[in-house]
Amino acid sequence: MTIRVQAEDFDTGAEIAKISASSSNVGGVCSFVGLVRDADEDKSITAMTLEHYPGMTEKQLAKIEAEAHQRWPLDDSLIIHRYGRLEPGEQIVLVVTASAHRKAAFEACEFLIDWLKTKAPFWKSEETPDGNTWVEAKATDDDAAEKWGK
Amino acid sequence: MKILYFAHFRERANIAEEDIVLPKGVEDVNGLLDWLAARGEGYADAFADRDHIRVAVNQEHVEFDAAVKDGDEVAFFPPMTGG
Repeated sequence: MTIRVQAEDFDTGAEIAKISASSSNVGGVCSFVGLVRDADEDKSITAMTLEHYPGMTEKQLAKIEAEAHQRWPLDDSLIIHRYGRLEPGEQIVLVVTASAHRKAAFEACEFLIDWLKTKAPFWKSEETPDGNTWVEAKATDDDAAEKWGK
Repeated sequence: MKILYFAHFRERANIAEEDIVLPKGVEDVNGLLDWLAARGEGYADAFADRDHIRVAVNQEHVEFDAAVKDGDEVAFFPPMTGG
């Protein structure tokens, strides 16, 4: 179980390779990479800045990751979340899960990204032609998190 | 008591963090919000819409009826938008 909160970019291939080699029991590795888009609905975005709550962020991510290990038989997992100013196309977040079988890896990966979106203290500010605006939480993200229960 | 402000709360209150002495009679987050909102325009503006305020005490997410005491770290922020 690993968590990293960092400004720097990450190498998705290298991270997946590391987890794949972590145990000979691993039969499937699932990953999700979140990227900065250049538009949100009809407004164009030149960049976004991610702010977070140092200390609470790490605690929340650790709790969410521990919950995933409670619910699924995972051999290993990784969450990397970046902060600071990011431009379209840049990587924001990486979630990797490894298990003996694919079902646990797929489900745990989806669970982790769904929960961290609404439970880890990050906030996005978007730079648009009309100025900077804070991204509002989406009801669809709340629904996605709630489908996994409490 | 240490108070932290994030995202638009930081911008509207125009401060990222501050140390305060917990005023007499303030025992929970609701009381603290009332007291902060009465401090001036920026604070009143930041805390006007309570449905959109989330709060953590000592880095744990809590409801507004949670107790607060001197020495606590209290953070105010909008709903989270990570990922």
